[in-house]
Amino acid sequence: MRKPEFVYVTYIATTPEKLWEALTSSEFSKRYWFDTEVKSDWKVGSPFALVMNGTTTDVGEILQVDRPRWLSYTFHHVLSEAARKERPTKVTFNLEPHGKLVKLTLTHEDFEDGSVILDGISKGWPAILSSLKSLLESGAALAIPPSALAIEGYDGP
Amino acid sequence: MNLDNFKPAIVYTIYIASTPEKVWEALTTAEFSKKYFSGFAVEAELKVGGAFVARAPDGSVHISGEVIECVSPRKLTITWNVNWSALVEKLGPTLVTYDIEPAGDAVKLTLTQAHDRPIDDDILSGGRSGWPAILSSLKSLLETGQALVIKMEPPQRMLDALKKLGIKTP
Repeated sequence: MRKPEFVYVTYIATTPEKLWEALTSSEFSKRYWFDTEVKSDWKVGSPFALVMNGTTTDVGEILQVDRPRWLSYTFHHVLSEAARKERPTKVTFNLEPHGKLVKLTLTHEDFEDGSVILDGISKGWPAILSSLKSLLESGAALAIPPSALAIEGYDGP
Repeated sequence: MNLDNFKPAIVYTIYIASTPEKVWEALTTAEFSKKYFSGFAVEAELKVGGAFVARAPDGSVHISGEVIECVSPRKLTITWNVNWSALVEKLGPTLVTYDIEPAGDAVKLTLTQAHDRPIDDDILSGGRSGWPAILSSLKSLLETGQALVIKMEPPQRMLDALKKLGIKTP
């Protein structure tokens, strides 16, 4: 059987540099990532955190920084006790030039069997990355209500 | 055809700043599909049992199928059979479902590709690489008026796997 993982690919009319900036700037991320700030100094070994309206939802450590091609960090959801007990997972972004576009591949992996966060991240990433694509291409992020994601047991902050 | 036998092999969700009606139109008309789907013209007879066809830019039929479920503008299920010799005989029919749901001011579009038997990952690599390109371009077209130019080749591992099964590809 395949190991549980989530892979999402999207093509964006932008440059790798602008996309890198969007993935690593907390000002930018607030606009497309459900009011979430990405926080790190983006050096290998440094801490990483996602902060939603002042509340830290996820923490991790930077694993790989190869600007503007590869970015990888560990990802540990800390809002629920069940999630805190699980081992950290791993998030990797690959930015590849594709003609005048960028092909963005997100891989989220290393889940424990029966992980309580797999459902949520599988439904969250498409919304976040769709909104990021809209913001870079049209200048306007999407206003997606968290309830539209239909994550089991979660109806938004 | 018993839909209960089909299991999802690929699921891809994308959110689009548009309306369900416009997304539906983009998925079912040649005028739109030619722009976001590498020049392919979708021709769909929008009723259960109606014909579904996607023509290559040279006019040849590349994908043929039948409308299985049609609930405008919320759900369209079609058989999506690539017109390569012996493909359906060896792999069975491919079932494609588009679910269109409002999500605030946006639309949540979920594509599901399903099969009635286990399909090798090498063969599924075609859909896994193709759908994100097609649907990313559709989203750009509806949001900005400009589709994406994405040069795509069928994955070599898929072509090799099909060849092994005796399926002829161009």
